[in-house]
Amino acid sequence: MYRIVKKRVLNPTVIWMDIEAPAVARKAEPGQFIILRVDEDGERIPLTVGGYDREQGTVTIIFQVVGATTEKLAHKNEGDCIQDFAGPLGNATHIEGLKKVAVVGGGVGCAIAYPVAKKLHESGCEVHSIVGFRNKDLVILEDEFRACSDKLCMMSDDGSYGTKGLVTNALKELIESGEKYDEVIAIGPVIMMKFVAALTKEYGIKTIVSMNPVMIDGTGMCGGCRLTVGGETKFACVDGPEFDGHLVDFDEAMARSTMYKPFERAKHEETCNLYKEVL
Amino acid sequence: MAKPNMSLVKNPMPSQDPDVRNKNFDEVALGYSAETAQDEALRCLGCKAMPCVSGCPVNIDIPGFIKKIAEGEFEEAYSVISKSSSLPAVCGRVCPQETQCEGKCVRGKKGDPVGIGRLERFAADFHNSNFKGEPEKPVSNGKKVAVIGAGPAGLTCAGDLAKMGYEVTVFEALHLAGGVLVYGIPEFRLPKAIVQREIDGLKAIGVKIETNMIIGKTITVDELFADGFKAVFIGSGAGLPNFMKIPGENLKGVYSANEFLTRVNLMKAYKQGADTPIKQNRNVAVVGGGNVAMDAARSALRLGAENVYIVYRRGEEELPARAEEIEHAKEEGIIFKTLTNPVKINGDENGFVKSVECVSMELGEPDASGRRRPIVKQGSEHTIDVDCVIMAIGTSPNPLIKNTTEGLDTNKWGCIVASEETGLTSREGVYAGGDAVTGAATVILAMGAGKTAAASIDEYLSAK
Repeated sequence: MYRIVKKRVLNPTVIWMDIEAPAVARKAEPGQFIILRVDEDGERIPLTVGGYDREQGTVTIIFQVVGATTEKLAHKNEGDCIQDFAGPLGNATHIEGLKKVAVVGGGVGCAIAYPVAKKLHESGCEVHSIVGFRNKDLVILEDEFRACSDKLCMMSDDGSYGTKGLVTNALKELIESGEKYDEVIAIGPVIMMKFVAALTKEYGIKTIVSMNPVMIDGTGMCGGCRLTVGGETKFACVDGPEFDGHLVDFDEAMARSTMYKPFERAKHEETCNLYKEVL
Repeated sequence: MAKPNMSLVKNPMPSQDPDVRNKNFDEVALGYSAETAQDEALRCLGCKAMPCVSGCPVNIDIPGFIKKIAEGEFEEAYSVISKSSSLPAVCGRVCPQETQCEGKCVRGKKGDPVGIGRLERFAADFHNSNFKGEPEKPVSNGKKVAVIGAGPAGLTCAGDLAKMGYEVTVFEALHLAGGVLVYGIPEFRLPKAIVQREIDGLKAIGVKIETNMIIGKTITVDELFADGFKAVFIGSGAGLPNFMKIPGENLKGVYSANEFLTRVNLMKAYKQGADTPIKQNRNVAVVGGGNVAMDAARSALRLGAENVYIVYRRGEEELPARAEEIEHAKEEGIIFKTLTNPVKINGDENGFVKSVECVSMELGEPDASGRRRPIVKQGSEHTIDVDCVIMAIGTSPNPLIKNTTEGLDTNKWGCIVASEETGLTSREGVYAGGDAVTGAATVILAMGAGKTAAASIDEYLSAK
């Protein structure tokens, strides 16, 4: 069992948790992910590493409540335990040799983009962060991003916070203004990563995206997480989760991610009703 | 001593009715009664040459345990088996006896061989439901050995070493120990309670099992040595599922057999209350002809599919699955489309599988595997309407350990190179066995390799 040592509600649906998992904390790097199971009947879900404290032996996860599993997890409190927590899995973000990078985060994806930006910043790289949310109420990790960014663009779809517009608007403006990036790292909804990659392709800027498909074991065994990258089938768990954004078949990835949507919706509703009954 | 039973036929295995069992996940074969077991045991002639033993990868004293059953000494029969096998209740159920012990039985020259597998299962089940005592915990010799992977190879190796006094820790990547016995082989063929009992038995003799430990990620082989382990056995299994590389394989509704079976078995998707989903299918094509294909097909049927097809590119004779599994699958209503090979999977407008396009095959000259090579019949293209395709065409080794262990040699397929006689790899103190070495094979071969490696590790550490 793995104890929740800290819980922070970042916005109405996004939660930060530090989990006691010393073996994972010893090895975790930005870009990697973990697999967890909340309870005995729980499903295995992948969550990208949001941070780690090697001395305390904790790993940070930041997740949005979207289905039954994340709903159950959100109802756990500091001191409670979760059933399983395994990792770190997948490959770490490559930061070697990067001098100037634009980190683009969208929604809860910012939670994953943040440790990447932080690590780049600590390695002496110039970091321009562009983070976008649907509206003001959903903004997370602004202070954290500010602390590790040489430039920070806050964006919102409805203009209720920062600049009104999409992250691609801001990125395009920066590129047009003459900023020269070694690389763009985009982490967020698949549709956002698709448009960021389409934009940077025009300018010939190498772009890395972090994919988060349906997974079971996370170690290469099930193949459920397969994607088409450069015309070849890749497993996000062992070959990724980060890939060259100019090679990923985003449309296929979006289609595959909807496979269990009706089941997930029904299961989430069922879970929510259970909690209502308890209250 | 009773008279030998000269009947030419094996006592039939009592089983659930095919039309009932194809709708539930309860065990298909119900096991011999004591009377039937004794009657079957009397078919064994106890021949001196013991050809059956030479067919057993772990060399169980087969005539010895069968004699005990004939005499009604069931617990003793179990003791004889357990000297050589650490998972008798499992092997009695999943071994391909027809190509091993029973394939060599002299009674098989005229009529059926002795039902060795069924008798092994009987003895193990008798022990499991009647033995109440505590197993004897061996005296520790203080030497630590790490075993990677809690599947058949790892558990066997761990059990043997623990009995010799080693302090064994098994590291398992998943949340549950058992390997293919829990994620792959379905409940109706191997009840999970039986696997759990075998694992509890190992824990009782001092084997430690650490789940959620992915070797190569959470901790490396070198770090295990640094932590004080004196030898390491790698039994990490075969790993990555193969696909056919045909168009449409990433449509929704195409599964690897590993994914399909893991959802059903390990994650219990067939049960009300489990959080892991599985797609509800009406028509399912399972590509492949091995035991895994049979398991996937029969699971799909039990989940409510109306038509389940086995699509296999060679002929019926070449099906690599156990004879009993093929027979059970047919009884349950699985439709066999042999000499058929998929070339494309078609999807609907929402990206879900709609049909699979196939070609018919005919058999040509034998290929490198000794089996006749299937050749496409011209103009034989045809379409099967399905909403789910399950690829059960084998696996490739997982690279996680190889990539993080310097000096560990692998062959061109990525399998770990290990001596067949000792299990030793290219690294001192590192042994390997099971599917990680051979590629996808059987439970009993993996157990045999685990056993061999345990003996070698003992020899290595005793000499040190």
